[in-house]
Amino acid sequence: MSARIQIPAEAKRGEIIEVRILIQHVMETGYRFDDRGTPIARNVITSILCNYNGREVMRADTSSGIAANPYLQFCMLAEASGELVLSWVDDEGVRGTERASLSVSG
Amino acid sequence: MKALLLLAAGMLVAAPAWTQNRVIPQAGLKSGFEFLSPDLKKMQLDDFANPGTLWVDRGEKLWRAEAGAAKKSCADCHGDARASMKGVAARYPQVDRHSGDLMTLEARILQSRVERQKAVPFARESEDLLALSAYVAYQSRGMAMEADIEGAARKHFDAGEAMFFRRRGQLNLNCAHCHDANWGRTLYAERISQGQPNAYPAYRLEWQTLGSLERRLRACLSGVRAEILPFGSPEYADLALYLSWRAKGLPIETPGVRR
Repeated sequence: MSARIQIPAEAKRGEIIEVRILIQHVMETGYRFDDRGTPIARNVITSILCNYNGREVMRADTSSGIAANPYLQFCMLAEASGELVLSWVDDEGVRGTERASLSVSG
Repeated sequence: MKALLLLAAGMLVAAPAWTQNRVIPQAGLKSGFEFLSPDLKKMQLDDFANPGTLWVDRGEKLWRAEAGAAKKSCADCHGDARASMKGVAARYPQVDRHSGDLMTLEARILQSRVERQKAVPFARESEDLLALSAYVAYQSRGMAMEADIEGAARKHFDAGEAMFFRRRGQLNLNCAHCHDANWGRTLYAERISQGQPNAYPAYRLEWQTLGSLERRLRACLSGVRAEILPFGSPEYADLALYLSWRAKGLPIETPGVRR
């Protein structure tokens, strides 16, 4: 599983920047059956979290209504240079993280 | 009288009327892209949001990864894919010079993996095979499809063309009924496309994942309630060759986004 974050590399202090996230995940709903009729166990991302310099800037509690390979987009205030850390966990307990750096001037 | 009989016999073995005739003229070709909603068009054009690019990224890693008993990566023989694979997908399916078989891009990757890398072949539609084929096809993005149908490819083309026009399934439809005669019209809630193959492997929302052209063809077979041929059947390659010729000039869009 992989993920990507898109933020501008640089921003001015006080600027509102757009953060885009794409996580590769099957988001198996638990409502499907395989070719033999056996139910396929649910495996969706249950929580997506974004920390910026140790502070939570976005949290999403996701469930089976979200499409595979979830795409999220939100805005945040650029206050200081630092690192945006994206982390998520799914029903199987698999965790993932991805990081992106932002340089704030002024 | 004899001459007349010969003439009649000649007419009987002559090629069917559709041979070589383009039902949709080249100037009228429309990629499946044209039939997408504005949102999906935006998704395909945005390399960040297009989920298919996740497979392209994975394919790039696989390209450089050693595999099999030969301990070779794709890059060890083919070098930088951005140069060596540019335009390659636009010319597939292609006849293998040694065996005479018609190879799709996926089949060629599997062949290299077994014969050159001495590795266990990927399963059809596996994440790794899709990733590699998407990565290779991605190097031809924007280039016009130009499959060669002459010489050794001719018999495969003819078989593919015959398949396109052969009725099948409980609904007793052939490909042309929808994709030549009725494209642009509505079937249930969808607009029927021309059935062009230029975006594959493509991310299909119905699948929630990337899939090959073969998988898409299987979906059509299922749609007309026909027998679904197993993955890797030569019929798919023949049909893919006909479709590539039919799409001649359309730009490769891999990884496309489709409904």
